[in-house]
Amino acid sequence: MSAVESDGTAGLPVTLSARQLARRRRRESFLRSWRVFRRNRSGMLGLTILTVFVVIAVAAPLLASSQGLEVTQATGGVLEPPSSQYWLGTDDQGRSVLTLLIWGARISLFVGLAATVISMVIGTLIGLVSGFSGGWAGAMLFRLTEWFLVIPFLPLAIVLATVLGRSLFNIVLVIGVTSWPGTALLIRSQTLSIKERAYIERARVLGAGRWHQMSRHVLPNVMPMVFANTTLTVAIAILTETTLSFLGLGDPTRVSWGSMLDDAFQVGAITTGAWWFIVPPGVCVVLVVLAFTLIGQALEEVLNPRLKGR
Amino acid sequence: MSLVTNPTEVETSRTRRRSYGRYVVGKILGSVASLGFVLVVNFFLFRVLPGDPARNLTRGRFVDKKQLAEFNQTYGLDQSVPQQFVTYLKNTFSGDLGISIKYRVPVSQLLVDRMWPTLLLVGTSTILAAVIGVWLGIRGAWKRGGVFDRTSTGTSLTLYSMPEWWLGLLLIAVFAVGWGPIPGIFPTGGLHSVDAQPGTLSGVLDTAWHLTLPVITLTLAYLADYSLIMRSSLLDELGEDYLTTARAKGLRDIVVRNRHAVPNALLPTTTVIALSIGFVVSGAITIETVFSIPGLGLLGVDALEVPDYWVLQGTFMVAAAGVILANLVANLLYGLLDPRVRT
Repeated sequence: MSAVESDGTAGLPVTLSARQLARRRRRESFLRSWRVFRRNRSGMLGLTILTVFVVIAVAAPLLASSQGLEVTQATGGVLEPPSSQYWLGTDDQGRSVLTLLIWGARISLFVGLAATVISMVIGTLIGLVSGFSGGWAGAMLFRLTEWFLVIPFLPLAIVLATVLGRSLFNIVLVIGVTSWPGTALLIRSQTLSIKERAYIERARVLGAGRWHQMSRHVLPNVMPMVFANTTLTVAIAILTETTLSFLGLGDPTRVSWGSMLDDAFQVGAITTGAWWFIVPPGVCVVLVVLAFTLIGQALEEVLNPRLKGR
Repeated sequence: MSLVTNPTEVETSRTRRRSYGRYVVGKILGSVASLGFVLVVNFFLFRVLPGDPARNLTRGRFVDKKQLAEFNQTYGLDQSVPQQFVTYLKNTFSGDLGISIKYRVPVSQLLVDRMWPTLLLVGTSTILAAVIGVWLGIRGAWKRGGVFDRTSTGTSLTLYSMPEWWLGLLLIAVFAVGWGPIPGIFPTGGLHSVDAQPGTLSGVLDTAWHLTLPVITLTLAYLADYSLIMRSSLLDELGEDYLTTARAKGLRDIVVRNRHAVPNALLPTTTVIALSIGFVVSGAITIETVFSIPGLGLLGVDALEVPDYWVLQGTFMVAAAGVILANLVANLLYGLLDPRVRT
């Protein structure tokens, strides 16, 4: 910190070490991006919606007792319409729909984020290596990516979920290992263009190994793209979790928005007109997915000014 | 466009044709490799499944050891894994995909029977969605930031964020069951009425009446994707110099749009539509479940409960092969439309 201040007074950057300089430059570029992002109205809308849901998910135990999830402790009647006691009515087992909704936010967000981490790690690694190393290994990895891109995503996820069995961890794993090809292609094309830049050549001439070039020079430069892509992947992961749960492949011991909709569909909430069991979980899914999509688009715009005004 | 063909022009057209030939061969080889990959994945995926297929298949029926051994021999389950793979390939290529545990008929026959409803549903919706989506994208991009653009982009983004089957559930609740003053005029599901006569005009109309809601649902779900892509690829073209030239020539706005900008913007959209066919398949799975349409998707979902491994394996294979084929066709078309990609 003191180094930065002395820089301001003396006007000479010699007092800064290379690492401090890099860190300061990174912080400045982050603040610059944030200023651009803040001007993006739809991006800010997405961020606001997302913040609300994250707060709800984190504060779930404070907002509604987890006892409300137990079928044996249900206090309401079967499919009761909304009332002052049950703001969003009850489900087919007499549990408050609002309580299920609040706790479902945890599972949906958790699965979305955890699956995205897996997908990002696989996608970034394969994209980096296939873009950077070229030759035989690079070509093989590129082919692999293309194959996974061609295989229909949901059928593969369904088959994998059936093979692995129904648990929260497996759902995360299945979504993670089926959703990486798009990321890998993006990272690969970025890597290919960065590889040709002069500073990589400089590093190579100075004797940097492949690993050093990839991890210290290429990766930091593709990271912003990874970040923007992440938010879009979370949106897809949450949608997939909902769909898999709706098809009865979710964790049977946990309540998510998808499993609520599955229940609603199975007990015929549509024909009985129990809209409070169908509409709220779907609206939550739409809002959260929309939030991630808006943030992702705004981030892409910030990082790629050519897209501005879309 | 001279009347006399000079030799150099003939030369270029010949090289161009040759390069398209090479492009076609490359793409076909790539698709064959992808199919091979699917075959291998399919084999190993279903070999690691828990349980003994013979015992699963004969569950609830009395069978003696001899029958079990016979079954295992037919499907090569008593052999080593490499040998099993050869048997599996042989069976697959001769159209023997095993027997359904649930329906007790050959899987290949089930697949053929169930293919038509899916093709009808998915085909109609994809065409409708592509046409409407592209139109929305063009209108939005041309008057960017206007009321129409903002409404259509907002709607598209919302539809894009929606699980398509949830939209289907809402449409059933409103238009099939009836909600408030809206009467339920459409059927809640199925492909035709019990008393419908197939082949007659009334039978066709009956099927169309049953498919109205599912087709609307899928069209809305897909068109979001297409309109957003068309819009952004047309926006990419807007800054190009050739449009300024076209305007400077004094061409009318509508001509500049339809004859100059749109054809170029359609190219990337074609690829994305082709790539989205994988997502089209997932839409078919959930929508067939919600509307109980007896197609491939519902067949697969029903197979999950048993679980009917042979049927799952077969539907997965057909879905993957369909997507690979559609991608190949799209790639070949694209190569024909845009010579730049043939490298």
